[in-house]
Amino acid sequence: MEKFTKLSGVAAPMPLINIDTDMIIPKLFLKTIKRSGLGKNLFDEMRYDDDGAEIPDFILNKPAYRNAQIIVAGDNFGCGSSREHAPWALLDFGIRVVISTSFADIFYSNCFKNGILPIILPQEDVDKLMDDAERGANAVINVDLESQTITGPDGGEVSFEVDAFKKHCLINGLDDIGLTMQKSDAIAAFEAQNATSMPWV
Amino acid sequence: MTIPASHGVFMAKASGRNAARKRPSTDSLPQICETIMTAKTLYDKIWDAHLVSSDEDGASLLYIDRHLVHEVTSPQAFEGLRNAGRKVHAPDKTIAVPDHNVPTTLDRLEGEVKNEESRIQLNALEKNALDFGVHYYPVDDIRQGIVHIVGPEQGWTLPGMTVVCGDSHTATHGAFGSLAHGIGTSEVEHVLATQTLIQSKSKNMKVEVTGKLQPGVTAKDITMHVIGQTGTAGGTGYVIEYCGEAIEALSMEGRMTVCNMAIEGGARAGLIAPDQKTFDYVMGRPHAPKGAQWEAALTYWKTLFTDADAVFDKVLTIKAEDIEPSVTWGTSPEDVLPISGTVPFASDFKGGKVEAAQRALDYMGLTPGMKLTDIEIDTVFIGSCTNGRIEDFREVARIVKGKKIKSGLRAMVVPGSGLVRAQAEEEGVAQILIDAGFEWRLAGCSMCLAMNPDQLAPEERCASTSNRNFEGRQGRNGRTHLVSPVMAAAAALTGRLTDIRDL
Repeated sequence: MEKFTKLSGVAAPMPLINIDTDMIIPKLFLKTIKRSGLGKNLFDEMRYDDDGAEIPDFILNKPAYRNAQIIVAGDNFGCGSSREHAPWALLDFGIRVVISTSFADIFYSNCFKNGILPIILPQEDVDKLMDDAERGANAVINVDLESQTITGPDGGEVSFEVDAFKKHCLINGLDDIGLTMQKSDAIAAFEAQNATSMPWV
Repeated sequence: MTIPASHGVFMAKASGRNAARKRPSTDSLPQICETIMTAKTLYDKIWDAHLVSSDEDGASLLYIDRHLVHEVTSPQAFEGLRNAGRKVHAPDKTIAVPDHNVPTTLDRLEGEVKNEESRIQLNALEKNALDFGVHYYPVDDIRQGIVHIVGPEQGWTLPGMTVVCGDSHTATHGAFGSLAHGIGTSEVEHVLATQTLIQSKSKNMKVEVTGKLQPGVTAKDITMHVIGQTGTAGGTGYVIEYCGEAIEALSMEGRMTVCNMAIEGGARAGLIAPDQKTFDYVMGRPHAPKGAQWEAALTYWKTLFTDADAVFDKVLTIKAEDIEPSVTWGTSPEDVLPISGTVPFASDFKGGKVEAAQRALDYMGLTPGMKLTDIEIDTVFIGSCTNGRIEDFREVARIVKGKKIKSGLRAMVVPGSGLVRAQAEEEGVAQILIDAGFEWRLAGCSMCLAMNPDQLAPEERCASTSNRNFEGRQGRNGRTHLVSPVMAAAAALTGRLTDIRDL
């Protein structure tokens, strides 16, 4: 997994609430057996018309936001399916940070496994950043995971919370599986005990 | 995680008294139960029983008893194992079945799956299952079906277990009093490699449904009504325990329907404490314990309830009599109304929901103020992991017996498994559906998510017993109204959304 420490980038405003995983990456693109290459189909049904032509009004099609690395979103971003194709598509497009008042549980967890930082902030902070994002390519937002701060284009600073373990993994680009395998003795002990106490499992 | 206090639902911190039952005699309980010292919820108990290790920073390692695998969210995980030279840690606890991509037409076993990408994904699952030695139900096996229907049917899902799958509707298995939830593909790989998951504990939420359901109101209406109350983020950060008289009165099939949609309310999982109905359902299934192990298991399972003085972080109480046959009007599962209602105006909502509601009205092609029962439909889909079980089809058959569906309507019934299909045929249910004009299909996810040939055309309007009405869910620009099986049956007869109580 690619590390995440700091990012300075353009933020795209997506104030719609309940942006679900089917919007982020529609089901027909789940047929891949790879993790890469989904960026071109990110938000496919919102981004392209029936003939496959770009819809100019869609935020990521606007010149100022074509290279956005941050999304500032409405409540409950990523609700719905467990498909990791959603963060894969965001990452492949170049999005490394999503900021919202709330995220769906599985999506939130999936982001951290892919080097994407989802940030939960109070409504007033999201509103402020949404305003900043509306200003387009001139409004660069800085995100620093180490210090857990976001700095807006006018210098205003907001701090955010993040789980210590998830932060550690993200900053160091750590592979969860490797970490867990270091605990193989504990897993084996658990299994041995269960084999006696709950042999039907 | 922040929980928006959406839609003005009253939620208070309260004791868990109503969720709890008296503890049985402790004389014969296994040693594991003696460690229960303080009042715990059902979720607390299952969590504690699966804790491998716990770090100071709150990350816990949870043991996983059953890992269900399907073709869409697993290929990258198996590829990861191969690249790292890793094995599946517990192949005997890993069950693979193709469901999302499989065609459901009767000719599906003749020749290859036509869509190349679907075929590659299905073939990859088969190869991975065989290479890594996990349990596998191929598409020509009568036991094949939707993974969340196959698990309980085969007795893989048992009370008190942890069950995961790369699919959000894993919540279904919570009906057995097992902690079951969806995971992403990285976590699928993690579970394959280690049989554990790194988790932080959720909070406890109780949803109590008191009293008795009115005629025509089903488990589906309960779960939709709850989401209408909490909103799709109301359960975020929580595991929900459903309890109360109306929940206890449900069959196992109904309980699976309720828990299935816990995820649509944002909850990590939904749970229902196991009782005699649960044990009766499980007993004798191929992978359920037998003999002395059954007795030992039963003794343990009877300890799986929320203690009398356990505390929930959030409580929602609903009177069963207040629940009507329900239907969604919009593009989020929280857009729920009783069938007696009218299409709302965007201005009825507040905050960000105003824009979302307007977008939904436009997408759904609905006029605010119109009666829901005036909405004409083109298609009826009955099936999915929400409502693809035998009881669902029996109920549909009861409504349509001796009648014909509306002329010109497209209507399909898709069993959740080959065994459900066989049982429906044996009971004569299938013939009633066929005689009424329904297509009687083979098992799979079908039109619930349209990754297979079963899809809506643009602007085609469907009364569907599935679980999601998201934009494009059943096909690009398709329009979905979520309903119960009996409401879908009623809509099939009249060609419009119909109050089952009026038939």
